[in-house]
Amino acid sequence: MSVADFFKSRLFWIALGIVIIASTLPLYVSGYILGLLTVAYYFGVFAMAWDLLFGFAGEVNFGPTFLIGVGAYTAGILNNQYGWSVYLCIFLGAMASVVAGFVLALPALRVRGPYFGLTTLVAVLMLQNFIVVFADLTGGEIGLTIPDVITIDAGANYWIALGFMTISAAILYGLSQSPLVLQASGQDPVQAGALGFNIVKHKLAAFVVSAFFSGLSGALLVFYFGTASVGTVVDVAVGVQVIVAAVLGGRRTVLGAALGAIFLIVAGEFLRPTGELATFIVSTVALLVILFFPNGFLGAALSREARS
Amino acid sequence: MLALQILIDGFAISALYALGATGFTLIFGVSGVLNLSHGAIMVLAAVAAWAAASLLHVNTYAGALIGVAAALVAAFATYFAVVQPIQKSTRIPNEEKEIFVLTGTLLWGIMIQELIAYFFTNNAKTVLPIVEGVVDILGVRTPQNEIFTALVCCLVIGLLWLMVNRTRTGKAVLAASMNPRGVTLLGLELTSIYVVVWAIYGILAGIAGVLLGMFLGVSSYSVGPLTASAFSIVVLGGLGSVSGSLIAAFVVGYLETLTAYLISPAYRTIPALLLLVIVMYIRPQGLLGRR
Repeated sequence: MSVADFFKSRLFWIALGIVIIASTLPLYVSGYILGLLTVAYYFGVFAMAWDLLFGFAGEVNFGPTFLIGVGAYTAGILNNQYGWSVYLCIFLGAMASVVAGFVLALPALRVRGPYFGLTTLVAVLMLQNFIVVFADLTGGEIGLTIPDVITIDAGANYWIALGFMTISAAILYGLSQSPLVLQASGQDPVQAGALGFNIVKHKLAAFVVSAFFSGLSGALLVFYFGTASVGTVVDVAVGVQVIVAAVLGGRRTVLGAALGAIFLIVAGEFLRPTGELATFIVSTVALLVILFFPNGFLGAALSREARS
Repeated sequence: MLALQILIDGFAISALYALGATGFTLIFGVSGVLNLSHGAIMVLAAVAAWAAASLLHVNTYAGALIGVAAALVAAFATYFAVVQPIQKSTRIPNEEKEIFVLTGTLLWGIMIQELIAYFFTNNAKTVLPIVEGVVDILGVRTPQNEIFTALVCCLVIGLLWLMVNRTRTGKAVLAASMNPRGVTLLGLELTSIYVVVWAIYGILAGIAGVLLGMFLGVSSYSVGPLTASAFSIVVLGGLGSVSGSLIAAFVVGYLETLTAYLISPAYRTIPALLLLVIVMYIRPQGLLGRR
């Protein structure tokens, strides 16, 4: 599908409609719901960045929180220690994530299949350990306090998150559609290489893009929270949530990943009255979707459209 | 004195790690499945043993047996409710089954963990040990339970070795790990071999879980670290290589004990992770793994 076709497609108009409706929410819903959706939108970017790497470079990254955490903590520490401006910290956080993406890409270019997945998981555990060990700098298990925030206005925070997610979605979706090279190198690297494409270059590009958006979103998220902690941006459980969101929404669709993330966060909140069973219910639903609708929400919708 | 202490404690921990990781690596070797609900199944075994002893007031042996049985049931449930449907699904492309099995078992593990937390709270639980008391080994006071743990681990691993190498079923399992298609050509049902492997896995994870519950105690928070440690041991040893993961278990066990005694218990897991990263870069297939 070319870019011009995309603007004529139904998907584009539906997406545009949803974004316009979403942008009016601060006018009539409570700050509580806005706060919930703000977090959900940042999570949406995590999931889309993951999906780009999985669906279009064929790499299963079990440690999305390595990229997210590096971005979040770099931004947080710079602000906490040196008091640099919020925007500079966010930018440097994203850059640190890109470096982390390179580090993660090195083994990925050498090993395949489960081995790469394992490396990424180990990367998260290492990061987690270092945060705990260098507690003076990172705040350790208690978490890092971040003195500055972007704004304290719930509506403004919401619009920033929505705008960020929309722009990210446009860029990531555009990338996933235009050069088919990425898809090709993910699904059949040998053949794509035989056709003369430089697989290494394209895979590295996928890592860098995925890392950039993960780190940027992580940095924005901690400046929204005003704190960075292992439990919110680094823990393996957070990474699992990102992966589940992408698979739930429909892998290889990019936009579905954002839907999945928003669903997970909102569902988790709605189930809060059920107390400790909330996570159980969300996991059960996710497992059932994976078993019975492996293409996820958007995958199922798209295949129905293709058939009709 | 300290050296002997490290030697003894390290051995017990390593043996326990070895037992926990053996079943995990066996499943991967035979059916290519990485079971991420591993930690949850181990904790389930320990909690079941604890609940049987403290709520139903059965004796410690019966409690341990109930724990192992719970792990066995959970292992079968993992296979029949999660792994097999994914493997047989026609809607999931073959090259993506791996990620689906990983995600599926991970979610399944979270479900078990949350149910444990819901019914038995997040508090740490220590299973009453089968043997109690302390013995003096050349001046090192060692709980008898620790020796018992090490002995049972070695015994079970020994029995597994005998089974795999000396019995017909064991040989079929071994053959399936080498060449699944060849096994089916010989007229053996691959599914029934998988069932046997999952049964072995359930028993091993169950014994390891109950022993862990007696030795160190468990809580639903131990689920993640347990899966991660089995994971890293298995990667270090080479995915699917049982002897590799035995060696790796001892390397990791002793590294952790040395760090805990000589540097600080807070840094316990770091050297092993560093080693793992180095191995992944230099020799990604692990110590004894095949590529």
